[in-house]
Amino acid sequence: MAFENNVDVEHPVHDVRMAAIKNFEEKGFPSKKEEAWKYTSLNNIQKIDFSIFPKQENSLEYKDVKRYFIHEIDTYKIVFVDGIYSSYLSETTHDGVDICLMSAALTKPMYKQVIDVYFNKIASKDESLTTLNTAFSREGAYIYIPKNKMPKKPIEILHFSTGNEASLLLQPRNLIVVEENAEVQIIERHQSLTSNEVLTNAVTEIFAAKSAIVDLYKIQNDVATASLIDNTYVDQKDKSLVKIHTFSFGGKLTRNNLNFYQNGEYIDSTMKGVTILGEKQHVDHHTLVHHIQPNCESHQDYKGIYGDSSTGVFNGKIIVDKIAQKTNAFQKNNNILISDKASINSKPQLEIFADDVKCSHGCTIGQLDKDALFYLQSRGIPEKEARALLMYAFANNVLSSVRIPELKARINKLIAKKLGVNLGFDL
Amino acid sequence: MLKIKDLHANVEGKEILRGINLEVKAGEVHAIMGPNGSGKSTLASVIAGNDNFEVTQGSVELEGEDLEDVSPEERAHKGVFLSFQYPVEIPGVSVTNFMKTAINESRKAKGLEDMPAKDMLKLIREKSELLEIDRKFLSRSLNEGFSGGEKKRNEIFQMAMLEPKVAILDETDSGLDIDALRIVASGVNKLKSKDNAVILITHYQRLLEYIVPDFVHVLHNGKIVKSGGKELALELEEKGYDWLKQETAV
Ligand SMILES: Nc1ncnc2c1ncn2[C@@H]1O[C@H](COP(=O)(O)OP(=O)(O)O)[C@@H](O)[C@H]1O
Ligand SMILES: [Mg+2]
Repeated sequence: MAFENNVDVEHPVHDVRMAAIKNFEEKGFPSKKEEAWKYTSLNNIQKIDFSIFPKQENSLEYKDVKRYFIHEIDTYKIVFVDGIYSSYLSETTHDGVDICLMSAALTKPMYKQVIDVYFNKIASKDESLTTLNTAFSREGAYIYIPKNKMPKKPIEILHFSTGNEASLLLQPRNLIVVEENAEVQIIERHQSLTSNEVLTNAVTEIFAAKSAIVDLYKIQNDVATASLIDNTYVDQKDKSLVKIHTFSFGGKLTRNNLNFYQNGEYIDSTMKGVTILGEKQHVDHHTLVHHIQPNCESHQDYKGIYGDSSTGVFNGKIIVDKIAQKTNAFQKNNNILISDKASINSKPQLEIFADDVKCSHGCTIGQLDKDALFYLQSRGIPEKEARALLMYAFANNVLSSVRIPELKARINKLIAKKLGVNLGFDL
Repeated sequence: MLKIKDLHANVEGKEILRGINLEVKAGEVHAIMGPNGSGKSTLASVIAGNDNFEVTQGSVELEGEDLEDVSPEERAHKGVFLSFQYPVEIPGVSVTNFMKTAINESRKAKGLEDMPAKDMLKLIREKSELLEIDRKFLSRSLNEGFSGGEKKRNEIFQMAMLEPKVAILDETDSGLDIDALRIVASGVNKLKSKDNAVILITHYQRLLEYIVPDFVHVLHNGKIVKSGGKELALELEEKGYDWLKQETAV
């Protein structure tokens, strides 16, 4: 891939971008030689000649993409088509909270203070794909929730690619700042509308101030030619509560790098995931929780169901600093392989330097329980449907914490579809 | 209705059922008793088609049809029902939704349309009243966090919904307190007719006071070692199983 000299020297974050470019040029794309990329190869992706900026703007009709929204409820919407903001499909606001565009936030003086304090402050400055995004990203969602505020409705961030370019590289950049005692719910989705190649290299920075509550739901159900590298960085202060749910049902290659930094006490960080893959799909969940201060908790619960020749990776790193006493860190990764050709690599990585901590981790790889299958079949439920019900039951624990009922219903539908069954009721 | 001939079955290469003969006619209630590990649950599983057990010899026939190679779901569609000794928990699937799926799959297999929602609700109401099951209970995840007694009562609710021809109740009485036992037994009695049959697997005479069997069989070491009328259950209650073991050893 070659990057034209597209850096805008006048831009307020010009220096940040120049440093990022330098880092990326030194490091290049991560290779399988790196421990963190051992099971996920970007070789094939790098061979594709991606366009960085689409030559032509495309518009979409709402009716054609309505099904990708949680349209049963009213939401704020920040929508991008081929990386370009679509005001037509969006519904932003400045009414007490800012739910708008990164490009505006980066250029308009009224946002300067927030940008100065938060932009690129928690995102890695040496992880190469993150710096690639920092260098070239132009657009994304900007969400600022002031103290004690909560938006009236959930926010949807949607990225569509129309396929008018043979292959497109998208680099959305999101900044989410939730001030003291404020709360927000966000749903994020990347959707390619054709079978042309798309690679998305996204970076999201989340800052949760004291007692803030953030719920982020990632819906990953893209087409078989779309790949996603998601780099999410979360900075948490005292008593804040951040939950990220990742639903991975599609795409060609998906890499989720979720990084939590607990910069305060009595923090709760939760990551949950349901992964259901088939064909040759690949998903790699790389999580990091850095317990920097005492008295915090982290919870991870990832369930995976792998069929056909799909492959999965779960790598959960937990660091507990020496002063982070009374840390509770829990991690679970349970997997079911429903095909001989599917595989999963599951690895906990614990680095614990404090002595008064509770840490548990467990990973399992198994098949469906035969007795349970027989129980369902003995009630007249055919084997295929019985298997689907059991898989649903297996993943259910993760769904119970989804706080938007319509979203939960949608996820259930996606699961039923992914499992290829119609059970005669909405799961 | 159900005819079992010289049935042998293995699990993991070990022979558990060693030549069972049993005929159950329409309208009859049979009780199967016997010490722990004698093969009662295995027999129930094999009748219901659990392929974790390998049938090595003999046959099970339902209304003249050999059930070999008939899947568990097809057996259910043909009218076999097993109330499990250990019902399985299915998180996230409510009792109601589970029953809807079970009933409509059975109808589909018979070439019928889905049961209209109104009829389904009526059926659920009727049968839950029969077993004195609270409405709220039906929206809970199947068996998840149910007490032992609730699980068993729920099994019989499922039986009531599915109206089987042959119902096998595997230790349905264990875990039930006396009130629940009475409710469950009266439910079973109301569901009983001249066209269906019930096989009760139990350790205790107690259940048989409420659901009176026509025949009692004693299973020991994978064989029926003694059959008799309902008095046999009383005799077993009094004497335990030791005398029986000795008698068969002779
Ligand atoms: N899945 C299994 N794997 C191995 N052994 C089994 C299995 N199921 C039953 N058995 C063995 O078969 C025998 C009969 O068990 P079971 O039918 O459950 O007896 P009962 O119901 O009369 O107490 C026991 O010795 C038991 O250990
Ligand atoms: Mg038993």
